[in-house]
Amino acid sequence: MPRIPSKRRRTALPQPLLEVRDLVTAFDTDAGQVTAVDGVSFTVEKGKTLGLVGESGCGKSVTALSIIRLLPQPMGNILGGKVLLEGKDLTQISEEEMHKVRGGRIGMIFQEPLTALNPVHRIGKQLSEVFLLHKDISRKEAWDRSIDILRKVGIPSAEVRAAEYPHQLSGGMRQRVVIAMALACKPSLVIADEPTTALDVTIQAQILELMKELQAEMGMSIIMITHDLGVIAETCDDVVVMYAGRVAEKGTVEDIFKRPAHLYTKGLLDSIPRMENERKSRLKTIEGYVPGLLELPVGARFAPRSPHPEAGEYIQSEAFKSERPGLVEIEPGHWVEDHPVVRVDKMPVQS
Amino acid sequence: MIAKNDSPTGSNGEKPLLELRNLRKYFPVKGGVFLRAKAQLKAVDDVSLHIQPGETLGLVGESGCGKSTLGKCVCRLHDATEGQVLFRGQDITRLRGKSLKPFRRDIQMIFQDPAESLNSRHSVGNILEEPLLIHGVKSPAERRQRVAKLLDTVGLSKDSADRFPFEFSGGQRQRIGIARAISLNPELVVCDEPVSALDVSVQSQILNLMMDLQKEFRLSYLFIAHDLAVVKHISDRIAIMYLGKIVELGPAEEIFRNPLHAYTKALISAIPLPEPHTKRERIILKGDVPSPIDPPPGCAFARRSWIHCSEEEMNQPGEFREVQPGHWVEIHPATVENYQQYLA
Repeated sequence: MPRIPSKRRRTALPQPLLEVRDLVTAFDTDAGQVTAVDGVSFTVEKGKTLGLVGESGCGKSVTALSIIRLLPQPMGNILGGKVLLEGKDLTQISEEEMHKVRGGRIGMIFQEPLTALNPVHRIGKQLSEVFLLHKDISRKEAWDRSIDILRKVGIPSAEVRAAEYPHQLSGGMRQRVVIAMALACKPSLVIADEPTTALDVTIQAQILELMKELQAEMGMSIIMITHDLGVIAETCDDVVVMYAGRVAEKGTVEDIFKRPAHLYTKGLLDSIPRMENERKSRLKTIEGYVPGLLELPVGARFAPRSPHPEAGEYIQSEAFKSERPGLVEIEPGHWVEDHPVVRVDKMPVQS
Repeated sequence: MIAKNDSPTGSNGEKPLLELRNLRKYFPVKGGVFLRAKAQLKAVDDVSLHIQPGETLGLVGESGCGKSTLGKCVCRLHDATEGQVLFRGQDITRLRGKSLKPFRRDIQMIFQDPAESLNSRHSVGNILEEPLLIHGVKSPAERRQRVAKLLDTVGLSKDSADRFPFEFSGGQRQRIGIARAISLNPELVVCDEPVSALDVSVQSQILNLMMDLQKEFRLSYLFIAHDLAVVKHISDRIAIMYLGKIVELGPAEEIFRNPLHAYTKALISAIPLPEPHTKRERIILKGDVPSPIDPPPGCAFARRSWIHCSEEEMNQPGEFREVQPGHWVEIHPATVENYQQYLA
């Protein structure tokens, strides 16, 4: 695999590792069809970390499940768009080919390690399975490699641990095993869905550090899905902010945190309690609640919660019901939903 | 503002609202054919604390450190194994039945997951009326009126009373949980991770509401959480708990400006900050929290600390001392750098 000489300039980069183009994923429910992901596009560069951030129900996890085609069946379906892994569209290949991609080219880390591991198999056996599935090697060799990879993710006395069952390990150790499993076949992309949300803060720090080290060593790309803006800021190069199934804003981590362009992003950043805040001062909030997936308008979906003075008028208008705003590039690589009532730079200056 | 207290049990100034004296809660671990207790799980191990009227005490620690058990002992949902819980100076540790009832009214609780702590088969009106009924508000008209006022106080519309919990979003449900907790005008509310299940944008709404209610009703909070930024924002004083023991206690600003215990330092440095490319030194702790069943002898944190000490010292317990007015810390060779200076 060719190494990219410069990690800085996106314009100089050749083909991205992964490109998601206009992805649409819907679920069939009793109440009708629900579009959980509605025309989402982004790219993941080689060796970089992309953050997918948003609140519950914004479609970030469904986006990940669509990429690896693990949507709950038969309700979840990709209705449109492309998922290009080095140019190859994963939505079009056969289930057998997809099987090889999962765990081979793409590794996965889930939120709750206890549910991601099989409780009745020894850890070494579960890891061996990954090797046996993707590599043509003997059981003995697979077991030895399992121990190697356990050592690599920082599990002490790996030989002993390999013979144990998941319940015998602590939460942090289990997540290390899940990471070992995801990295077993040296994937080029790892999708991590809330990898540290279930962990304590000191263990979270250990796991994030481990992922950074392994990325530096193995050069894989990571899609980091989380609602924690702190985790995003510390681990990601690029960020996609999702709201109600759509991309609200995307750009580099600097763009998003230093110059947020969408009022939703700004609202999120303003509402986190910061260390430097005055104690017991009022926190800024975003009015209202995340809309339900059954009641989504075609227009700018954040508008009902927007502080923009013209938002109320817009919600009453025909445009809100029928016209979907696109994305506009406001500086190189920094895109935002193109509607005045949700853009930070279109907010009237308060007198 | 209220944090002027020269002992962990608050002997000076205004009388504390709540006082814990050497509180212990052990759970027997059963095993074998006859399910005999074969070990003790020391969830809360010799904790002394106090909370002043109108004060928020933040209680921080990792999962399994005993912070929720401590909260439940305060509410008398658990019976303490040893030690005392004093409320307005009266020992309520062993009260039962009728004599406990007024304290049930004055000490309320808010739980982490409002979806699980609200009865899904009752309307919101019923949920909020129940405590009023139990505590002697006989007239239905008065109850309805008070429910309407409660809903208004927590920012929900009046017609919410006829709806059911599942019809509300997570943030709205937590507002219902808060309404229930304040319905009997309590003095102390034990909040167990009240915002950790909520989305970021909703979390700040709930924190604002809790701060408003505190001002309006002069509530005291025991605020249990693992998110340090949230705890720092809302608390007057903070207690850091590790493996059943309080290891550091002090005014909120002091804990963050001048943390002394190695564990507190590690916790603070481990918080991911929402600012990209900030360079700071990060303390990564080794290993996991040890099991509270038969914890290691001596100082519980010594084996995870980055401050080294001898094997012999490890087996010595630390000493909880006041190092500055109101700032208490467990002094041990492995927990505080240059610990000798504090032992004078």
